[in-house]
Amino acid sequence: MAQSDNANSTRRPKATEERLDQIRREAAATGGVPVASGGAGHAAPPVALPGKTDAAGSYYNLPVLKEPTWTWEVPLYFFLGGVAGVSSCIALAAQFFSGDPALIRAALWMALAGAAICPILLIADLGRPSRFLNMLRVFKIQSPMSVGAWTLVAFSGCAFLAVLGNELVLRGFSSPLLVAMLWTGEISAAATGLILASYTGVLVGATAIPVWSENRKLLPPHFLTSGLGSAAGILELVGFLTSATQILGLISAGIETLIGGSIELRRRNVDIPLHYGKSGWFMRIAGTLEGPVALLLRIIWHSYPIGRYAAAACFIAGAVASRFAWIWAGRVSARDPHALFQLQTGKANSSRPA
Amino acid sequence: MSLTAFLTDTTLCIGCKACEVACKEWNEVPDDGMIWSGLSYDNTKSLGSSTWRHVMFLEQPLAAGPQAVDTKDPFRWLFLSDVCKHCANAGCLEACPTGSIVRTEFGSVFVQPDVCNGCGYCVVSCPFGVVDKRPDDGRAFKCTFCYDRQRAGLVPACAKACPTESIRFGKLDELRERARNRVGELRHRGFKDANIYDPTESSVGGVHAFFVILGQPEAYNFPPAPEVPTIHLKSAWTSALVSAIILFAAVCAAFAFSAVR
Repeated sequence: MAQSDNANSTRRPKATEERLDQIRREAAATGGVPVASGGAGHAAPPVALPGKTDAAGSYYNLPVLKEPTWTWEVPLYFFLGGVAGVSSCIALAAQFFSGDPALIRAALWMALAGAAICPILLIADLGRPSRFLNMLRVFKIQSPMSVGAWTLVAFSGCAFLAVLGNELVLRGFSSPLLVAMLWTGEISAAATGLILASYTGVLVGATAIPVWSENRKLLPPHFLTSGLGSAAGILELVGFLTSATQILGLISAGIETLIGGSIELRRRNVDIPLHYGKSGWFMRIAGTLEGPVALLLRIIWHSYPIGRYAAAACFIAGAVASRFAWIWAGRVSARDPHALFQLQTGKANSSRPA
Repeated sequence: MSLTAFLTDTTLCIGCKACEVACKEWNEVPDDGMIWSGLSYDNTKSLGSSTWRHVMFLEQPLAAGPQAVDTKDPFRWLFLSDVCKHCANAGCLEACPTGSIVRTEFGSVFVQPDVCNGCGYCVVSCPFGVVDKRPDDGRAFKCTFCYDRQRAGLVPACAKACPTESIRFGKLDELRERARNRVGELRHRGFKDANIYDPTESSVGGVHAFFVILGQPEAYNFPPAPEVPTIHLKSAWTSALVSAIILFAAVCAAFAFSAVR
């Protein structure tokens, strides 16, 4: 795998021990190091400005942490993984209580479609997409990224098994082996689907980013509920205006209303990116769409299909936006050294800039 | 093989950036701007994928304490060469899904560039904000602790080029001892705010690149109580499992309820 590591053709010869000694001698004699060659033009050094740093504050208010490097693929994956995972769960529950075979079929196909799109998004976000199989070099229980990669692989297989079994049964094939395959596929798809829909909350929760790690217990149920309401919403939008999807829609929008309200009410310093600035407003709009707006539409216009469609669409839009808002909030959180210091020392920092 | 360490001493640093130059030349690290940040003589503002040593320039009120360098400037001038901490419990290493990030026989934390696939999870898992993805390359990079040089029995390039022995390289235990003695000596000489930055009490479990600093860690953008993010796993997974079970029960209840109606 020595690809493109040696792309630079105009490189200088490799530094030697003599060169390192030369650097040290020059630094000792002059207090600086003239760059060997090829450097940019030297501007005049800046004039020192006294008292710019504060003994109790941060280093020039610069970030301590690095911002997440994830681009749009990752929050979209969070959304689709949630929908696919919960869809397999809906299919299994419907199977248990002899629900509409068409709904079971649609839910299973949604799970399989998600399992097909998710890896594409994840691979596209990698810095080296050609090395995506390196994700499966090892299994590390302590790395949610590793657990998630393996879960996605397992879920894809289970969802395929479930769809295959279901399609064969629907076409009139019947044998004990086929039924066993169908149930094995559906149960294992639901189990891995639940991990797929919730691990993303653990993934961002178990990081050094304060707004994520301090919401680590909230994120898994938040993401799961978003997945549930979105899966039910998609089923409704493709025509399954059943009482079950209405109940699921009501439950999800209700829980999201509670979660949004608790985010709004909790005024910790680490939660500033959820409340203020553009990331805060984005979070608020997303939470309102998948919370109170979807809930009220479902309650008020429950007997009109258009009301249910609107509720489903609002919830889905809010769920997608909410994943983007969480990634955005993580970037804002990483930039704030003072919230980090306050979190770690328990002391409010007086030198926070206005 | 014994564990090795860096001891970087702010009271000995003259801000010459020989370590930055030596690191870049030896490790063939790409250009990172060659610009003045406008923040004293700082160039790069922080460590990064192409900045494995970063010299900080602190300008503090004279009231903060005595000068560590021979200067008549109307402020207290402090310099410190920051570097990857090579944590005993490293967040990046735990997070890496490919096994690209490994613990070497010297106790340092090493990113294998031929394995890294650029997933970016180490970037958000480092409590010190050290490792980062190189945008044009796609992979994550950070200080290697000059693994190649250590394998050959050589001192890391930055320590070799340091003209004042502000950067010391040696055995972990011996350097910890030296750091304690140095802080005692500095306090005796009137630097009452001399401290060791080595978070041994936190879940990071101490670092293999520790610092003698004057004043609080925050002034150097060092997290005062860094935690390895894996400590959050238990509560996050518990929440995930409990809510997954509740969700499945709710979905079953919804279909059971609509079946009997």
